[in-house]
Amino acid sequence: MTVRMVYFAWVRERIGKGEESVEPPASVVTVADLVDWLAETSEAHAGAFENRSRLRAAIDQDFVSLDTPIGRAQEIAIFPPVTGG
Amino acid sequence: MIHISVQQSPIDIAAEMTRAEAAGAGAVATFTGLVRADDGVGTLELEHYPGATEAALLKVAEGAIERWQLSGAIIVHRVGPMHPGERIVFVAATAAHRGAALEACAYLIDRLKTDAPFWKRETRGATASWVEARDGDHAAAVRWDKPEV
Repeated sequence: MTVRMVYFAWVRERIGKGEESVEPPASVVTVADLVDWLAETSEAHAGAFENRSRLRAAIDQDFVSLDTPIGRAQEIAIFPPVTGG
Repeated sequence: MIHISVQQSPIDIAAEMTRAEAAGAGAVATFTGLVRADDGVGTLELEHYPGATEAALLKVAEGAIERWQLSGAIIVHRVGPMHPGERIVFVAATAAHRGAALEACAYLIDRLKTDAPFWKRETRGATASWVEARDGDHAAAVRWDKPEV
Protein backbone atom coordinates (compact mmCIF):
# COMPACT_ATOMS: atom_id res chain seq x y z
CA MET A 1 0.00 0.00 0.00
CA THR A 2 1.43 3.38 -1.02
CA VAL A 3 0.84 6.26 1.37
CA ARG A 4 1.56 9.90 0.61
CA MET A 5 3.27 11.46 3.64
CA VAL A 6 3.10 15.23 4.14
CA TYR A 7 5.09 17.20 6.72
CA PHE A 8 4.80 20.74 8.08
CA ALA A 9 6.78 23.32 10.07
CA TRP A 10 9.85 21.95 11.90
CA VAL A 11 8.91 18.35 11.08
CA ARG A 12 9.21 19.29 7.38
CA GLU A 13 12.48 21.15 7.97
CA ARG A 14 14.11 18.35 9.94
CA ILE A 15 13.12 15.68 7.40
CA GLY A 16 14.26 17.97 4.60
CA LYS A 17 11.16 17.58 2.41
CA GLY A 18 7.47 18.43 2.51
CA GLU A 19 6.17 15.16 1.14
CA GLU A 20 7.14 11.68 0.05
CA SER A 21 5.54 8.38 -0.99
CA VAL A 22 6.16 5.40 1.27
CA GLU A 23 5.17 1.73 1.31
CA PRO A 24 4.88 0.67 4.94
CA PRO A 25 5.01 -3.08 5.71
CA ALA A 26 1.90 -4.91 6.94
CA SER A 27 3.24 -4.75 10.50
CA VAL A 28 2.52 -1.00 10.52
CA VAL A 29 -1.00 -0.69 11.95
CA THR A 30 -1.27 2.71 13.63
CA VAL A 31 0.12 6.19 12.94
CA ALA A 32 2.55 5.61 15.84
CA ASP A 33 3.78 2.39 14.14
CA LEU A 34 4.26 4.37 10.93
CA VAL A 35 6.29 7.03 12.78
CA ASP A 36 8.45 4.28 14.38
CA TRP A 37 9.00 2.63 11.00
CA LEU A 38 9.86 5.93 9.27
CA ALA A 39 12.29 6.84 12.07
CA GLU A 40 14.30 3.74 11.08
CA THR A 41 14.59 4.88 7.46
CA SER A 42 16.96 7.85 7.98
CA GLU A 43 18.67 9.95 10.62
CA ALA A 44 16.63 12.95 9.47
CA HIS A 45 13.35 11.11 10.13
CA ALA A 46 14.67 9.86 13.46
CA GLY A 47 15.55 13.45 14.43
CA ALA A 48 12.18 14.86 13.37
CA PHE A 49 10.30 12.15 15.27
CA GLU A 50 12.56 12.12 18.34
CA ASN A 51 9.90 13.39 20.74
CA ARG A 52 6.60 11.65 19.98
CA SER A 53 4.68 13.84 22.45
CA ARG A 54 5.37 16.87 20.21
CA LEU A 55 3.88 15.24 17.11
CA ARG A 56 0.34 15.56 15.79
CA ALA A 57 -1.21 13.75 12.82
CA ALA A 58 -3.99 13.80 10.26
CA ILE A 59 -5.31 10.95 8.11
CA ASP A 60 -6.75 12.11 4.79
CA GLN A 61 -6.89 15.64 6.29
CA ASP A 62 -8.80 14.63 9.46
CA PHE A 63 -6.97 15.20 12.77
CA VAL A 64 -6.33 11.93 14.63
CA SER A 65 -4.38 10.72 17.66
CA LEU A 66 -1.18 8.75 17.04
CA ASP A 67 -2.80 5.48 18.18
CA THR A 68 -5.32 5.62 15.29
CA PRO A 69 -5.12 2.74 12.76
CA ILE A 70 -4.03 4.00 9.34
CA GLY A 71 -6.49 1.72 7.54
CA ARG A 72 -6.49 2.46 3.83
CA ALA A 73 -5.24 6.02 4.22
CA GLN A 74 -4.05 7.78 1.09
CA GLU A 75 -2.50 10.82 2.78
CA ILE A 76 -1.02 11.03 6.27
CA ALA A 77 0.30 14.30 7.69
CA ILE A 78 2.75 14.62 10.59
CA PHE A 79 3.28 18.05 12.17
CA PRO A 80 3.89 19.94 15.44
CA PRO A 81 1.06 21.30 17.62
CA VAL A 82 -0.70 24.10 15.72
CA THR A 83 -0.04 27.80 16.43
CA GLY A 84 -2.45 29.85 14.32
CA GLY A 85 -4.59 32.84 15.20
CA MET B 1 -23.78 33.24 5.58
CA ILE B 2 -20.38 31.66 5.99
CA HIS B 3 -17.23 33.22 4.57
CA ILE B 4 -13.85 31.47 4.98
CA SER B 5 -10.66 32.83 3.45
CA VAL B 6 -7.03 31.73 3.82
CA GLN B 7 -5.09 34.37 1.94
CA GLN B 8 -1.66 35.86 1.20
CA SER B 9 -3.09 39.35 0.72
CA PRO B 10 -3.74 41.87 3.56
CA ILE B 11 -7.10 41.64 5.35
CA ASP B 12 -9.52 44.36 4.22
CA ILE B 13 -11.51 45.15 7.39
CA ALA B 14 -13.97 47.48 5.63
CA ALA B 15 -14.87 44.84 3.06
CA GLU B 16 -15.30 42.16 5.76
CA MET B 17 -17.48 44.47 7.90
CA THR B 18 -19.65 45.24 4.88
CA ARG B 19 -20.00 41.50 4.30
CA ALA B 20 -20.91 40.95 7.99
CA GLU B 21 -23.49 43.74 8.06
CA ALA B 22 -25.07 42.40 4.87
CA ALA B 23 -26.00 39.22 6.81
CA GLY B 24 -28.94 41.25 8.14
CA ALA B 25 -28.18 40.90 11.84
CA GLY B 26 -28.95 43.19 14.74
CA ALA B 27 -25.48 42.58 16.16
CA VAL B 28 -21.99 42.10 14.73
CA ALA B 29 -19.08 41.09 17.02
CA THR B 30 -15.57 40.98 15.60
CA PHE B 31 -12.04 40.07 16.71
CA THR B 32 -8.86 41.17 14.92
CA GLY B 33 -5.44 39.67 15.70
CA LEU B 34 -2.31 41.69 14.86
CA VAL B 35 1.29 40.53 14.58
CA ARG B 36 3.08 41.45 17.84
CA ALA B 37 6.64 42.76 17.91
CA ASP B 38 7.54 40.39 20.80
CA ASP B 39 11.23 40.64 21.72
CA GLY B 40 12.20 42.24 18.44
CA VAL B 41 10.30 40.03 15.98
CA GLY B 42 10.97 41.39 12.48
CA THR B 43 8.98 38.95 10.35
CA LEU B 44 6.28 36.41 11.15
CA GLU B 45 5.64 33.67 8.60
CA LEU B 46 2.54 31.50 8.58
CA GLU B 47 2.59 28.00 7.10
CA HIS B 48 -0.61 25.97 6.70
CA TYR B 49 -2.01 22.68 5.38
CA PRO B 50 -3.90 23.63 2.19
CA GLY B 51 -7.30 21.99 1.97
CA ALA B 52 -7.29 20.78 5.58
CA THR B 53 -7.08 24.39 6.83
CA GLU B 54 -10.17 25.54 4.96
CA ALA B 55 -12.08 22.41 6.05
CA ALA B 56 -11.14 22.97 9.71
CA LEU B 57 -12.20 26.64 9.59
CA LEU B 58 -15.50 25.73 7.94
CA LYS B 59 -16.18 23.24 10.74
CA VAL B 60 -15.46 25.93 13.38
CA ALA B 61 -17.81 28.39 11.63
CA GLU B 62 -20.57 25.80 11.25
CA GLY B 63 -20.23 24.87 14.94
CA ALA B 64 -20.72 28.52 15.98
CA ILE B 65 -23.68 29.04 13.67
CA GLU B 66 -25.46 25.99 15.01
CA ARG B 67 -24.73 26.69 18.67
CA TRP B 68 -25.70 30.38 18.71
CA GLN B 69 -28.17 30.44 15.82
CA LEU B 70 -26.04 33.01 14.01
CA SER B 71 -27.03 34.67 10.75
CA GLY B 72 -23.38 34.65 9.73
CA ALA B 73 -19.77 33.77 10.54
CA ILE B 74 -16.61 35.08 8.89
CA ILE B 75 -13.06 33.76 9.32
CA VAL B 76 -10.20 35.35 7.38
CA HIS B 77 -6.63 34.20 8.09
CA ARG B 78 -3.44 35.35 6.43
CA VAL B 79 -0.60 33.03 5.45
CA GLY B 80 2.92 33.78 4.22
CA PRO B 81 5.29 36.47 5.52
CA MET B 82 4.02 39.49 7.48
CA HIS B 83 5.33 42.20 9.80
CA PRO B 84 4.47 43.55 13.28
CA GLY B 85 1.28 45.60 13.27
CA GLU B 86 -0.25 43.78 10.30
CA ARG B 87 -3.56 41.92 10.64
CA ILE B 88 -3.08 38.16 10.84
CA VAL B 89 -6.65 37.05 11.58
CA PHE B 90 -10.17 38.48 11.53
CA VAL B 91 -13.35 36.76 12.73
CA ALA B 92 -16.92 38.02 12.90
CA ALA B 93 -20.15 36.59 14.28
CA THR B 94 -23.51 38.10 13.34
CA ALA B 95 -26.69 37.46 15.31
CA ALA B 96 -29.97 39.08 16.27
CA HIS B 97 -28.59 40.20 19.67
CA ARG B 98 -25.21 41.05 21.22
CA GLY B 99 -25.03 38.14 23.69
CA ALA B 100 -24.91 35.46 21.01
CA ALA B 101 -22.67 37.53 18.73
CA LEU B 102 -20.07 38.24 21.48
CA GLU B 103 -19.93 34.65 22.73
CA ALA B 104 -19.78 33.19 19.24
CA CYS B 105 -16.98 35.61 18.30
CA ALA B 106 -14.89 34.35 21.26
CA TYR B 107 -15.66 30.76 20.26
CA LEU B 108 -14.52 31.36 16.68
CA ILE B 109 -11.08 32.67 17.67
CA ASP B 110 -10.55 30.22 20.57
CA ARG B 111 -11.39 27.20 18.40
CA LEU B 112 -9.45 28.46 15.41
CA LYS B 113 -6.28 28.58 17.52
CA THR B 114 -6.39 24.87 18.40
CA ASP B 115 -8.37 23.29 15.54
CA ALA B 116 -6.85 24.78 12.37
CA PRO B 117 -3.48 23.64 10.96
CA PHE B 118 -1.40 26.84 10.96
CA TRP B 119 2.21 27.17 12.16
CA LYS B 120 3.99 30.43 13.00
CA ARG B 121 7.69 31.06 12.47
CA GLU B 122 9.27 34.20 13.90
CA THR B 123 12.43 35.82 12.59
CA ARG B 124 14.52 38.04 14.88
CA GLY B 125 17.53 39.44 13.07
CA ALA B 126 19.11 36.43 11.34
CA THR B 127 17.49 33.85 13.63
CA ALA B 128 14.24 32.06 12.77
CA SER B 129 12.31 29.94 15.27
CA TRP B 130 8.98 28.08 15.26
CA VAL B 131 6.48 29.38 17.80
CA GLU B 132 5.58 26.87 20.53
CA ALA B 133 1.93 26.04 21.21
CA ARG B 134 0.65 27.59 24.46
CA ASP B 135 -1.23 25.64 27.15
CA GLY B 136 -3.48 28.68 27.61
CA ASP B 137 -4.76 28.32 24.05
CA HIS B 138 -5.81 24.74 24.74
CA ALA B 139 -7.57 25.79 27.95
CA ALA B 140 -9.40 28.60 26.10
CA ALA B 141 -10.63 26.16 23.46
CA VAL B 142 -11.77 23.35 25.76
CA ARG B 143 -13.86 25.69 27.95
CA TRP B 144 -16.37 25.57 25.10
CA ASP B 145 -16.57 21.76 25.52
CA LYS B 146 -18.26 22.08 28.93
CA PRO B 147 -21.94 21.20 28.89
CA GLU B 148 -24.18 24.25 28.72
CA VAL B 149 -25.82 25.10 32.04
